[in-house]
Amino acid sequence: MKAVVVGTSYGGMEAIRNLLMNLPGDFDLPIIIVLHIGSNTINSYISQLHHKTNRKVKEAREKEPIRRNTVYFAPPNYHLQIESDFTFSLSTDPKINYSRPSIDVLFETAAWAFKDKLIGVLLTGSNNDGAAGLQTIKKFGGITIVENPETAFAKTMPSSAIELFEPDFVLDIKNMAEKMAELGK
Amino acid sequence: MLSDKPNDTNVSQEVMDTKDIEVDLLLQAVFMKYGHDFRNYSKAHLKRRINQRLQLNGYNTISELQNKVLWDKTFFRTFLQDLSINVTEMFRDPEFYLTFREKVVSDLKTYARLKIWQAGCSTGEEVYSLAILLKEEDLLSRTQIYATDFNKNVLETAKQGIYPKKEMELYAKNYIEAGGKGKLSDYYTSKYGSVLFDKSLSKNIVFADHNLVTDGVFAEVNLIFCRNVLIYFDKFLQNKVLKLFNESLTKRGILCLGTKESLRFTDFEQSFSMLDKKMRIYKKLQIPKK
Repeated sequence: MKAVVVGTSYGGMEAIRNLLMNLPGDFDLPIIIVLHIGSNTINSYISQLHHKTNRKVKEAREKEPIRRNTVYFAPPNYHLQIESDFTFSLSTDPKINYSRPSIDVLFETAAWAFKDKLIGVLLTGSNNDGAAGLQTIKKFGGITIVENPETAFAKTMPSSAIELFEPDFVLDIKNMAEKMAELGK
Repeated sequence: MLSDKPNDTNVSQEVMDTKDIEVDLLLQAVFMKYGHDFRNYSKAHLKRRINQRLQLNGYNTISELQNKVLWDKTFFRTFLQDLSINVTEMFRDPEFYLTFREKVVSDLKTYARLKIWQAGCSTGEEVYSLAILLKEEDLLSRTQIYATDFNKNVLETAKQGIYPKKEMELYAKNYIEAGGKGKLSDYYTSKYGSVLFDKSLSKNIVFADHNLVTDGVFAEVNLIFCRNVLIYFDKFLQNKVLKLFNESLTKRGILCLGTKESLRFTDFEQSFSMLDKKMRIYKKLQIPKK
């Protein structure tokens, strides 16, 4: 495996914190996240996450090469894309699924770049962004994991994926962290 | 949907994806036939736009699309529109405009005549934003704005200055946060779900067809405004366009980029000083740093 992409909206701040805190310290795959969050909140959230998880956490910059042992967030109000040379690019294209950044954009472009070396994770959220993108990850041979809608803070987002196709795993956060650790080895 | 053949997933990273080959061939074909050069654009973005067109027209492969693009000029105009960059709103990043008022306007007031180039103006939302700001700062009457784009359709929209009324709520909010001195509605008249921006704003604006990738310097200007255009280009093309900007700017001219764009790691890092780091406002140095 080469990378993990994560998408979430409503309830996502808490879910990401839980997921990262449950991952073993030696989990070194890059984790690239689209979280629907305002531009006023992102910086404090990133620094808080860094202190809680002891991981390198930052906003993804355009043209930046993707590195191990780093957690990246899409900048608010931009779509985040992965190029085939494993660098980031940004776009100001119209909103997709009422969202910018859109999870679908990250997932789809990540699937093209990482193909079967990618883990796609869709967490709590109250719209259906990310479902189609996660399906693309599966089509390209990547592993797809969806948060259990029964235990998720908001179930619309994980449920939309499960209705669209059959993800490889449907798990609650704790088991998800274990599965990711296993896959990341 | 683009056909994701099952065996595609077994292709090793070293072997180029068939679709990537098709994208490169398509861009080469567009350049050779029509002279529009997208070969150094960010590929992920182009691929998404191309995919959307495939789905809309029901084509299975990019090669089919290429055939149509090569033989049907009318279709090519549509496709060109697909690849064009959309600027999304007026006063996007209000904080930028606020900083511009605080840190750039006083500098601009020292000029008797002012020339501004808005490069990649798209449908013009940011040109009108800038014009409103300049009007409120008593600068518009002495300013000549060149607003350019390679896409004639978006230029036509920009020239007309007509936008959907439903966008005005967001734009009005942005305008206030951007330090606007009146009301945004002072600058337009509404009719049938559309608004028309005041012609006094566009009196000093020349809308012109210019391609940043293939065209050269056309005027010497005091300020270049090019926000969220460079993010669509690869490193090579960014440097090429920045060279054009550097040559077009007067001594101590000002360059405004998007807030996620930067001169760092480009060939021109040493040619500019930072006027505002966060809002990516640069000033051309008389003598580049060593």
